[in-house]
Amino acid sequence: MRRALTEPPLVRGALLAVALVFLAIFLVMPLVAVFAQALEKGFGAYLTALREPDAWAAIRLTLLTAAIAVPMNLAFGLAASWAIAKFEFPGKGTLLTLIDLPFAVSPVISGMIFVLLFGRQGLLGPFLGAHDVKVIFAVPGIVLATVFVTFPFVARELIPVMQALGNEEEEAARVLGAGGWQIFFRVTLPNVKWGVLYGVILCNARAMGEFGAVSVVSGHIRGLTNTIPLHVEILYNEYNFQAAFAVASLLAFLALVTLLAKSVVEWRSGRAARPEAPVREAA
Amino acid sequence: MSSASPRRRVLPGFGLTLGFTLLYLSLIVLVPLSTLALRTASMGWGPFWATVTSPRVLASYRLTFGASLAAAALNGVFGLVVAWVLARHRFPGQKVVDALVDLPFALPTAVAGIALTSLYSPNGWFGRPLEAMGLKVAFTPLGIVVALTFIGLPFVVRTLQPVIEDLDVEVEEAAASLGAGRRQTFAHVILPALFPAWLTGFALAFARALGEYGSVVFIAGNMPMRTEITSLLIITKLEQYDYAGATAIAVVMLVASFLLLGAINRLQSWASRRGAAA
Repeated sequence: MRRALTEPPLVRGALLAVALVFLAIFLVMPLVAVFAQALEKGFGAYLTALREPDAWAAIRLTLLTAAIAVPMNLAFGLAASWAIAKFEFPGKGTLLTLIDLPFAVSPVISGMIFVLLFGRQGLLGPFLGAHDVKVIFAVPGIVLATVFVTFPFVARELIPVMQALGNEEEEAARVLGAGGWQIFFRVTLPNVKWGVLYGVILCNARAMGEFGAVSVVSGHIRGLTNTIPLHVEILYNEYNFQAAFAVASLLAFLALVTLLAKSVVEWRSGRAARPEAPVREAA
Repeated sequence: MSSASPRRRVLPGFGLTLGFTLLYLSLIVLVPLSTLALRTASMGWGPFWATVTSPRVLASYRLTFGASLAAAALNGVFGLVVAWVLARHRFPGQKVVDALVDLPFALPTAVAGIALTSLYSPNGWFGRPLEAMGLKVAFTPLGIVVALTFIGLPFVVRTLQPVIEDLDVEVEEAAASLGAGRRQTFAHVILPALFPAWLTGFALAFARALGEYGSVVFIAGNMPMRTEITSLLIITKLEQYDYAGATAIAVVMLVASFLLLGAINRLQSWASRRGAAA
């Protein structure tokens, strides 16, 4: 009886071995390769590659982009989840689908729509040209493309969390005389703080690491419109492999910190890991 | 709005938050996306059809869809094993392995791209022994499959893992008490229960692979007709200021992606209905 409920030890061992070898080849080795090649010429060369002015410019631009995109999408996520979770209104299903839309659009197309809108031959191109405003091949385009690809992260984390919590506590606060902002900051936000943090962590990781969308709108101007991933690409294509991997190691480190922070939040909030699926779980 | 019950409207802020949501959604997502429709409409059917069926574009579809399918199939097999082991086995370091499965979500695609390329290039750690065996990976369609497998893995594992954890062990006990061997139980009881989630994970990995760019461009070699994926072709057209051509190809990919996601939505509601009936 008991034996029939688990695989024989040999099969169990084989399954475990297959899983671990597969993960080692596809996940661990790429990560090891990044750090190994970054440090290939010693720690001095590693630091030199990071201290280079163009690398610094790329780091600054990435931080700036994330510093704009993440708070914008955080504000949107809080507003959208309040409207959707706390109230009933017609068209809610459609609104949920539209919020998820950027996940269904591939990175290259996400960048391209801003070129069609603001590019030299785009819809608003002549107007922007006449007023000497540059969006494409400039920082605003990079920020816009990043905001687009990270648009749903906070909202889709928060909406199910707020829906599951219900309205009772907020309504009690209301009856006791609390104002809207008071309710939000004293009652709602403490209840959903782990959800907010989770969404912000994922949003930030994508904002700092986005490549395809940003690549389309950036124009790859060294020291001006290169984010860290784009700078990595340029170095790599110049066969400057050690420097490319040194800069890439910053992003790999960011990824590891993201995974760690994500695990801590999952553990603290008692939730299971969920796929970052481009469609909402059927409610 | 008339359907909102008075009780629901005890809380303030509905107008403000919904108004902001709709405004922001329109400015960031809907207006930019609508440019695709406008461009396509101004193009005319003839040029549109000529662009999206030109030999170079067709070759890129074949490559993109074929490699995505192969990668999703690989993940379908190995992702199932990984999900099973993570859900049913206990081993040291399990928490770390579990967290690591999300690495492809967290690692920027460009970093994954250069790391895989260096591993599989002819003098790389994997590339050298594979080349000695006569197998070229980097700069061939096989390299594209490797990159897309990396990207798609978490979708299959994370879709299956909770379903395996929620499987009712009593059903397996019943099968065993009726005389089924473990293999029979697996084939006739466990696999059918996992099938909807498995298909969903497969389709999600496939959908993600179709639009992937960053991890593929480095390892692909990017030769027109042979190793040029559709996303790269769109960028090439944009760089030549052929906005119309780029738009036409993008619309085809977007329609494919929407159809796929629609199918995945139906799959998920099927899966949850089955879950509720069980």
